[in-house]
Amino acid sequence: MTIRTAILRLLPLWAVLSSLMLGMGFVFLAGAPPLQAYEDLLRGALADKFGLATTLVKTTPLLFAGLGVAVALRAGLINIGAEGQIYLGGLAAALVGLYVGPFPQIVHVSLAMLAAFVAGGMWALLPAVLRLRRGVSEVITTLLMNYIGLYVVGVVVSGPLKEPRAPYPFSPPLAPSAFLPTIIPATDAHAGIIIALVLAILVYIFLEHTPAGFQVRMVGANPSAAAYAGVNVGRTVVLAMVVSGGLAGLGGASEVMGLKHRLFDAFSPGYGYDAIVVAFLGAGQPLGVIATAGFFGALRSGANVMQRSQGVPVAVIFAIQGLAVLFLAASLAVRRRMFRWSGRPTPSAEANPS
Amino acid sequence: MDVLRVEEVTKRFGPVIANDRVTLTVQAGTVHALLGENGAGKTSLVNVLYGLYQPDEGQIWLRGRPVRIRSPRDAIRLGIGMIHQHFTLVPQLTVAENIVLGARPRRPPFLDLPGAEREIESIANAYGLGVNPRLRVMDLSVGLQQRVEILKALYRGADLLILDEPTSVLTPSETEALFGVITGLVADGKSVIFISHKLDEVLGISQVITVLRRGRVAATIPRAEATPSALARLMVGRDVVFQIPKTHARASEPALEVTDLHVTGNLGHPAVSGVTFRLCRGEILGIAGVDGNGQSELAEAIAGLRPVTRGRISLNGCEVASWPPKARIAAGLGFIPADRYRLGLVPDFTVAENLVIKTFGDPAYTRRGFLRRQRIAAHARKLVAQFDIRVHGVQQPTRELSGGNQQKVVLAREVSLSPAVIIAMQPTRGLDVGASEYVLRALIAERDRGAAILHISTELEEILGVCDRVAVMFGGALMGIVRPEDATSEQVGLMMAGALHLIPASEPP
Amino acid sequence: MSHVEGAIVLAYLAASLRMATPIGLAALGGVLSERSGVLNIGLEGMMLTGALAGAMGSYFLGGPWIGTLAALASGMLLGAGLAGLTVTLGTNQIVSGVGINLFALGFTTVVERVVLRPAGIETVPAFARFAAPGLRAVPVVGPLLASLTPLVLVTIAIAPLLAIFLYRTPWGLALRATGEVPRAADTAGINVFFVRYMAVAASGALAGAGGAFLSLGQLNLFSENMTAGRGFIALAAVILGKWDPIGALAAAFLFGAAEALQLFVQSYGFGVPYQIPSMLPYVLALAVLAGFVSRAVPPAAEGIPYQQEER
Repeated sequence: MTIRTAILRLLPLWAVLSSLMLGMGFVFLAGAPPLQAYEDLLRGALADKFGLATTLVKTTPLLFAGLGVAVALRAGLINIGAEGQIYLGGLAAALVGLYVGPFPQIVHVSLAMLAAFVAGGMWALLPAVLRLRRGVSEVITTLLMNYIGLYVVGVVVSGPLKEPRAPYPFSPPLAPSAFLPTIIPATDAHAGIIIALVLAILVYIFLEHTPAGFQVRMVGANPSAAAYAGVNVGRTVVLAMVVSGGLAGLGGASEVMGLKHRLFDAFSPGYGYDAIVVAFLGAGQPLGVIATAGFFGALRSGANVMQRSQGVPVAVIFAIQGLAVLFLAASLAVRRRMFRWSGRPTPSAEANPS
Repeated sequence: MDVLRVEEVTKRFGPVIANDRVTLTVQAGTVHALLGENGAGKTSLVNVLYGLYQPDEGQIWLRGRPVRIRSPRDAIRLGIGMIHQHFTLVPQLTVAENIVLGARPRRPPFLDLPGAEREIESIANAYGLGVNPRLRVMDLSVGLQQRVEILKALYRGADLLILDEPTSVLTPSETEALFGVITGLVADGKSVIFISHKLDEVLGISQVITVLRRGRVAATIPRAEATPSALARLMVGRDVVFQIPKTHARASEPALEVTDLHVTGNLGHPAVSGVTFRLCRGEILGIAGVDGNGQSELAEAIAGLRPVTRGRISLNGCEVASWPPKARIAAGLGFIPADRYRLGLVPDFTVAENLVIKTFGDPAYTRRGFLRRQRIAAHARKLVAQFDIRVHGVQQPTRELSGGNQQKVVLAREVSLSPAVIIAMQPTRGLDVGASEYVLRALIAERDRGAAILHISTELEEILGVCDRVAVMFGGALMGIVRPEDATSEQVGLMMAGALHLIPASEPP
Repeated sequence: MSHVEGAIVLAYLAASLRMATPIGLAALGGVLSERSGVLNIGLEGMMLTGALAGAMGSYFLGGPWIGTLAALASGMLLGAGLAGLTVTLGTNQIVSGVGINLFALGFTTVVERVVLRPAGIETVPAFARFAAPGLRAVPVVGPLLASLTPLVLVTIAIAPLLAIFLYRTPWGLALRATGEVPRAADTAGINVFFVRYMAVAASGALAGAGGAFLSLGQLNLFSENMTAGRGFIALAAVILGKWDPIGALAAAFLFGAAEALQLFVQSYGFGVPYQIPSMLPYVLALAVLAGFVSRAVPPAAEGIPYQQEER
């Protein structure tokens, strides 16, 4: 391997390191010693019981939604609608948790998750069909569906589902049998992370070891060749979108059933959009998605500690994350261009149009 | 007066010499035809003239002065206009907008579209290029779109117009109209370079004909001295036929019967107009012809990748014209596409995966809903050995392989399914001699096994050397079906250039 | 209509105009960018940065107009950054836009906490409402006009100017060609990369101006994340407006009216949950895309990085 190839291979790492280094500058601007602040950040995210719990909690929705966007990405689609799918999933789970039952916890939780998967999937179905039948880009349709989803939940939670005499819109608490059990006692950390990790493994197995997954990957990697090979590309695309929406919907369910135990208006602080970044930087690979989601979750969790101990505003983390995203995207693009200039054929219209 | 003089122009692309010391002269006020097959160097040459390529050697003189054309901007400034085979129009914009795109504003800083429209109309009327400048290009027929392309050049003051295969997408009446326009342009003192492979057109419209073959000028003849046979012979040449030792074909019952097939092309024009042939087991039928005469559309229609507007396709006795690709594959149809990278392979997939893109769902490779990766890998290793594919293991991404090895992957996959019928489109494109020979031998071996092979190629020697019968396709129809040992290259050349219709040869023994 | 009802309607219109302005400015930027082939998801971040730059420019450099210039400059800078990533390097446009949004959110919040707050800066010099003496007295629309700030009118004026630019000038034509068939534009001698750079930088500037309206025209301060997603609403307005400047402005007005309705419904109570009318513009945009109302087709080359062929 030449020096040049080695540097190119490591470019993404350089990107992350650069963003962290620039981040030190921000920390310094905020008036705190950078290295010390980073140490607190790291310790806060991982070494401390409550910090770790927060890390897991913040990682969970990112992981679910990130998996969803990743599946779409592997099929050659860009699902920007994870945010809306999260909302619909949360709504469905809340409905099951409030109006269905009583059931033993296993059954109740499973039912709620199933409902959330279906709801999220259906929310992604319209953009999928519009793309298939009218050739409308799923990028813009899913973006619009985000707002509609947000408002649908808003209407429901301000009206029929509203907790009586609540100062702002939220639902009554779900039945306890619909809660996701806590996994670290005396913290918020709930079983959602375990379900998400299991799902990530299942998605991996699906994509790499089943014929259906093979088909999805083929369509994403080269739709013309897939058609040539006899694959029904349209149907595959729709199915992939629905699964993608379903997975994101599970993220909403996990927030409602595991963290808040109620359905709140506007309960997602942009998880769906972060999921795009997570899926993309994880290269659409479930294992990569786990890593990136965990990285983001840890950063956000540690940021709280860093703020308490050093007075550095949590927002610094957003800036660092933003830089990391930009640098990483740039590094991936540069890498591809380098490979093109060195004469090797570029990968075809791929799942990662970087 | 010489408006253009090309002197010893040479253009290389790596080891390939696209133009080899080409010298020719275009007189003002004439139509100068460039005749030749695929790969003769016609398009390369005019791309040099238009500034899209830089010549490696040679000199270009325009109206007696040496010039360097570094970009289309230079070419336009020098009065050269080019109408490409594939239009460079923006369909969503109007005719007038397309014509003024990139030109100096008439009334800076404004476009002054009404003024532009008036000027366009006057140019259009002068040369019979009537078109409504306010219409959007997407709403125009192909013939009218071509007029817009010509108007674009004239609007910028071109007086040397290059037309690259302009009639390939036109109807007969549109072609006639175009010829009227060309005659009018020339009468006005403009000069036209007319690229074509169609003999009757070239003989009909031009005053001077330059025949290119394999990058060189085979000859330049004034129209008055040109005959179709002479031109055909010059186009095709008396090259040594590519010989591959093979036994005589022992063809038996028909495996593929195509009857009066009509297929529409991408631009809405008829690409295949009434093709009928029969392909029997144990024979290789070649389809020769210059690219763009409907061969791709024919192959795609038989493979199920393009709809059929009329006619029948019968595969092993089943009427498959309305079947999806998957069903035709199951019925025994194999297809080696011309563009292996875009169509035949998934470049990001490993070699092992590419070898099963058609069969990954079969019971042989699945168990209880999961892929049997070891089976797939073992199958791949077997094929890699059998076809001598150079890989670092079957898990190597296919995009890293050389062109020849990639084609072997496609070949191995198709052949390993033992299909009854194989369509091989340009199977040796981009391959070196060794790889080409390998592919052709493999096809012959398949024929000996009893498969029926449809070999579509622009490489005439290859077809004449490998196939048992050869059909020539021109303008969406078959000009004739001959046996290589009976046909002269002149005959084939005439057919490829549309100047000869034979009654299709009688059925094989 | 009674005097009171009339006053409410006027107040509602005024509020709608005010809510529509930042969305409209950003949407106009979105139109330029998307028409050139680049989907600028980073409008939100550019807007937020513009809000901060506007506030700080006004406070430190002398007044809201200078602040607006600062906002334009900051937006243009981010726009150029996005262009560099997507046009020159060929990064994924969506991910790059989201990255810019994240970064802008973090950066502006930090600056607010670390620079503005410690310095005790709470409010900044902002645009004054139109206070011409006779204005209020103008029948019917007087009170409406008097409640507006200059940027509102600037926005309304820019839209037709952009339309003239897009449809009547050679650069606008070049921009449109670049967004539909970049290869054809390239062949016609147009520098596709340059056009896209300019378009995206301009979209950043316009989004920045939208942000300046928030901190200088609507309020007189900068607060954390004060754009609250308006940059994304602007994207929806571009779609609903069918990628036309005047259409996008009209769509922005619809979104502004929906937003204003939220306030009015909460104050006056109508029984209809405000989310229903809020949803309507999005549903309408979807219908337009699906072709149920009138067909809207995005620029053909949107989102696809352009790769020049060999010369």
